[in-house]
Amino acid sequence: MDIIFNAVEEAVRLLAAGEVGVWGIIALSLRVSGISILIAMGIGIPLGYLIGSRRFVGRRFVQVVVNTGMGLPPVVAGLVVYMFLSRSGPVAEVWVNLANALSPGGAPHPEPRMLFTVGAMLVAQVLISTPLVTGVTAAAIGSVPIELRLQARSLGASAWQEAVLTVKEARRGVMAAVVAGFGGIISEVGAVMIVGGNIEGSTRVMTTAIVLETRKGNYGLALALGFILIGIAFVINNGLTWLQQSGSRYER
Amino acid sequence: MIDRLKESAVWRLAILVLAFALVFSLAGCAAEEPPAEEPAAEAPAAPSKLILASTTSTQDSGLFEVLIPAFEAAYPEYVVEVIAVGTGEALELGQNRDADVLLVHAKVKEEAFVADGYGTERRDVMYNDFILVGPADDPAGIRGLTVVEALTKIADAEASFVSRGDDSGTYTAEKALWATAGIEPAGAWYNSAGQGMGDVLQIASELPGYTMTDRATYLNLKVSLALDILVEGDTVLFNQYGVIPVTGAANPEGARAFADWIVSADGQAVIETYGADTFGQPLFFPNAQ
Repeated sequence: MDIIFNAVEEAVRLLAAGEVGVWGIIALSLRVSGISILIAMGIGIPLGYLIGSRRFVGRRFVQVVVNTGMGLPPVVAGLVVYMFLSRSGPVAEVWVNLANALSPGGAPHPEPRMLFTVGAMLVAQVLISTPLVTGVTAAAIGSVPIELRLQARSLGASAWQEAVLTVKEARRGVMAAVVAGFGGIISEVGAVMIVGGNIEGSTRVMTTAIVLETRKGNYGLALALGFILIGIAFVINNGLTWLQQSGSRYER
Repeated sequence: MIDRLKESAVWRLAILVLAFALVFSLAGCAAEEPPAEEPAAEAPAAPSKLILASTTSTQDSGLFEVLIPAFEAAYPEYVVEVIAVGTGEALELGQNRDADVLLVHAKVKEEAFVADGYGTERRDVMYNDFILVGPADDPAGIRGLTVVEALTKIADAEASFVSRGDDSGTYTAEKALWATAGIEPAGAWYNSAGQGMGDVLQIASELPGYTMTDRATYLNLKVSLALDILVEGDTVLFNQYGVIPVTGAANPEGARAFADWIVSADGQAVIETYGADTFGQPLFFPNAQ
């Protein structure tokens, strides 16, 4: 029990004194995961709607791909992003060729630096969370009774109106998709470690900070950071669940 | 009606967004306070980023906490970002030109790196030494022996030994020592952890078992470990560090500046004094030519 009390005590002390840049680390974790989940929602919800509501050739294959993506180990996603964004990778090569073509006669452009930045971490986290959001949304959409949608159509609803109606009907499941996606990336460490580099003051997030302190043998500090992370996740999920339960008193 | 409003999704979403924005800006303020005193009339150009890839053992020893600020004070036009990974990964980052300068400790691999054209040159910077540590009661009886004798006794007794098992400079050195002793370590007693030095020391402390570590990391973590130094001073335990600017780096001038600084009298002085006050002995020994 001692180890837990000490860790909680250490956590409160860290937050109060602002040590090891803990506030900066917390802010960065929230910023990276917050923006990533918004992007994932922007891609995943429309895509999930299409998969869940339309029949098309290859639908089963797409569903399998999405479900496999949900099980993708985050560290593998990190490796893939690393290979793409490396200065010796394909994106840099295309960028250099494009830049050289657009300004011929000048000195050849050096490859751009894309790794070890917040942007790289965003790319990795979007890659991890989008399949989660897409897959769970597709399942939620698929469980909306087809009769409802047919009725809406028969009353003159356009495709867009039908889509909005269906998503609203499936909103509990869609919110679960967001919660699942966010949960996956706020606690993820492998990918952001590889593409971010855990650089003090610029790409260090809560999870990579915990790994660092654990490796240095500062178990108390690592545990304290862990408690802070769990606390944040708890508060956020509290809010999302509160949102998810809205209107429930007026439903059967 | 208010009840109805309180249940509405839009209302709740609005509250959540406001709360999030509030907490976020507070956290952001608290985080940014220290560097808020940016002098307006500073260097006209913003400092350029210099990425230094080094090893986890170097970072865990705490050396960068004095080395980097000293370099940035001497060269305010650069801001150094340290990526601490295993030596193998650091060399890989250099090969892919994702790092600008390397500070690692695997001389043979470093020389191959430069010979293959990935680095411009390699220079000696400092050394520390490896030590064999283990439980105080020393079941295999290796205290005070030479490295080869100690490893032979450990293998014969099949005493628990924890190895880095990764592509690190430390692991490379450990493999070389087993080879010198003519032993191929394998079996349940040989634990290949695949983790950093700090983790491996914790494992060895818990098992308990023997392990090979660099002195700096051991001293840094000593209070949380139940391990004694059992073998030291053998010349084969020399651990040489080298600095290599990467060919085709994103910041070649910065890489050159760092490499020149760390082998200069100023850089070497910082290395020499590090650790003296905290541990009573320096952790690294500068030996640039």
